[in-house]
Amino acid sequence: MATTYTIPVGPVHVGLKEPVTAWLELDGERIVSARVRPGAIHRGIEFMARERNPIQVIYLSERICGICSFSHVLCFIRAIEDLASLSVPVRAQYIRTLVLELERIHSHLLWAGVACYTIGFDSAFHLGMQMRERVMDVLELLSGNRVNYGVATFGGVRWDVTPELAKAVRETIRYYRREFAPFREIVMEDPVAQARMRNVGVLTRDDAVRYSATGPTARASGLRVDIRQSSPYEAYADIPVEPIVPQDYFDTARGDVLDRFAVRVLEVYQALDIMEKVLDGLPEGPFLAEPNLNKVLASLKKAEGTGWGIIEAPRGDDTHIVRLKGGEDNVCWWKVRAPTYANAVSWPVMFQGNELADAPLIINSIDPCISCMERMMVTDGSNAGIVTKEDLLKRCRQKTFDLKAGKFPGGFNGFKGETKR
Amino acid sequence: MTSIFILFLKIFVGLMLMALVVVLALLFDGVDRIFHARMQRRVGPPLLQPVYDIVKLMGKENIVPRRASRFFFMLAPWLALVVTAMIFLYIPVSSSRAVLGTEGDMILIVYLLAMGGVVMAVGGFASGNPIANIGAGREITLMMSYEFPLAIVISTLAWVAYKSGMPGSPFSLETFASGSVWRAVGEVGDVGLVCLFLSLAFVVPGETGKGPMDIPEAKTEILDGLIIEYSGVNLALLKVTFALRSFAISAFMTSLFVPVSLAGIVGTGGFFIAVFDFLFFWVKVFFVQMIFVTLMRTSFGRLKIGQASRLYVMKVAGLSVTGMILLSIDVMTR
Repeated sequence: MATTYTIPVGPVHVGLKEPVTAWLELDGERIVSARVRPGAIHRGIEFMARERNPIQVIYLSERICGICSFSHVLCFIRAIEDLASLSVPVRAQYIRTLVLELERIHSHLLWAGVACYTIGFDSAFHLGMQMRERVMDVLELLSGNRVNYGVATFGGVRWDVTPELAKAVRETIRYYRREFAPFREIVMEDPVAQARMRNVGVLTRDDAVRYSATGPTARASGLRVDIRQSSPYEAYADIPVEPIVPQDYFDTARGDVLDRFAVRVLEVYQALDIMEKVLDGLPEGPFLAEPNLNKVLASLKKAEGTGWGIIEAPRGDDTHIVRLKGGEDNVCWWKVRAPTYANAVSWPVMFQGNELADAPLIINSIDPCISCMERMMVTDGSNAGIVTKEDLLKRCRQKTFDLKAGKFPGGFNGFKGETKR
Repeated sequence: MTSIFILFLKIFVGLMLMALVVVLALLFDGVDRIFHARMQRRVGPPLLQPVYDIVKLMGKENIVPRRASRFFFMLAPWLALVVTAMIFLYIPVSSSRAVLGTEGDMILIVYLLAMGGVVMAVGGFASGNPIANIGAGREITLMMSYEFPLAIVISTLAWVAYKSGMPGSPFSLETFASGSVWRAVGEVGDVGLVCLFLSLAFVVPGETGKGPMDIPEAKTEILDGLIIEYSGVNLALLKVTFALRSFAISAFMTSLFVPVSLAGIVGTGGFFIAVFDFLFFWVKVFFVQMIFVTLMRTSFGRLKIGQASRLYVMKVAGLSVTGMILLSIDVMTR
């Protein structure tokens, strides 16, 4: 029996985009068992939402995540529209679809770049980041922002797709059809990248079902699941979407990291096709049902009930459930279930039989969004009590006074006994 | 009297050479980073960025972890730097003369290269950090894998030099720098030499710890691995050592396989020809380093330690054994 030792990957780690800890028990380089401990980036967004009215919460929901900011916004808005029975003009639905697909390209390109970075393939990482700039430029042209677009609102969208923007999007589609193939070939046909990604972090089809994987993670394991197909929303009702599964393109679905890479790469091409169809079929008409926000707010104040919004975010299915109480300005409660929450439970399964070198790649392979996922914190209650912002400020100042007065917190001997050079 | 004078002259020249190679290694490192960046369509750091880094780190505090074995932890960077810089005393830099060419040969160079790696691994083990331990373990594994093809390359070349009657001691690097090994063999031998050359080219990333073989210092896996606990002056020394290792293995490869020099073409010696060859040597090293270190590390991602080990023990060793057989056939049938 070899001795094992435990090593944390995270919470702050070069290979990870966001703080999460995987405690790996290692026998040499081989992973014996893994325990994933999130909880480093909980921000209490739902709590904040209870002090805000639905329109303010739109902009709060945008800040759940930096990558799928539009998915969360749209999900929240659809939940409110569901409970208040607000109608959305067809043109607005098409524009929402367009932005969703732009965001999908943005997210998948970022992920592909980061996956390359994780295996030390920096050249491909920089290539991916450079290509991502283009889609961010288009989003900036549409909304004025690169990350939090502020596009959607209740009953429509805030920005119209002008002919100039349509032209820019078409040019972007051409750009990606031209420029994306070299990137795909560089990575997927590179012997080192193949060696690093093939048969690593395998999630079998059965395990994907058992652990409720969603989105590209499930599709890479061979499951034909895509909410855009099974429960179409917005313009997806007019534009048929086929789930992309590896067995349609390669011989079989292995459910490894290379399959997840392939699925996301192919989804970029799919998103380009969808965007083209959206632009071709963009109907004329208004893009906002009710421009007067006060009227919208007044109607929402009267609304009562629970609404659901479920969409296919770039990382899997994103679900928001919102409850409003009649006569109250603020959101009563709000539940966010981000795709990472469903996918993260598969991590320990994926870790089995792999090496330490694979760990960051496996964590990244589901495209985790930890800040999306962390919706609640459990403490042991030993430090019960709420510290307000004022308290924190007071404690902070007190500590500075203490330090100046020569009182140091336990164990620290002050600045006088400096370490010898 | 003259022997004491020669001794002092050698010490003086040796120190000057060491200072020169440290500066050159850092400059080449800067060029390497710029080329690496340009190939990735980035601007890259200024040429002197490695020098700035070293200067800044020199002014920083050395932090020794509480659980570290202080003596070995502090000794390792110094020892690694010294043994790596010493390699250049045995490499003929100009007109086939090394400063200590008569005192050491290729075997010593291989040992010094290995010792640099071992010493860094010892520093990693001594730091008491589990991640550094993994990095050090990987360094040792990698070293055990690439030493085998490297040994085959060197012993085969020495055997060829001995059998084909190249002037000079067969294991001395000066032999290969003065008379080209490519001229000593026939057509079959040339193919064998290409095999050996490629084997050595595969060993270069392993020796330098860059490119597809940056496994002991894998940033996105084990957070710079064996140098994770080093800071301040120690880190500066290790950074110089890394730059020197790339430089040293490139210079070693240049002396073995690219013995082009003006003195060789003209056929006579002379002060100006010696100076020209001295400068020309660094130009050759520069190209070798850019091709086999910079281009390699730009083109490939990082392998896992098991894969890298298998690559060396199976494929690269197979390649070098092929070279050995071809050269044996060539030498014995002539």
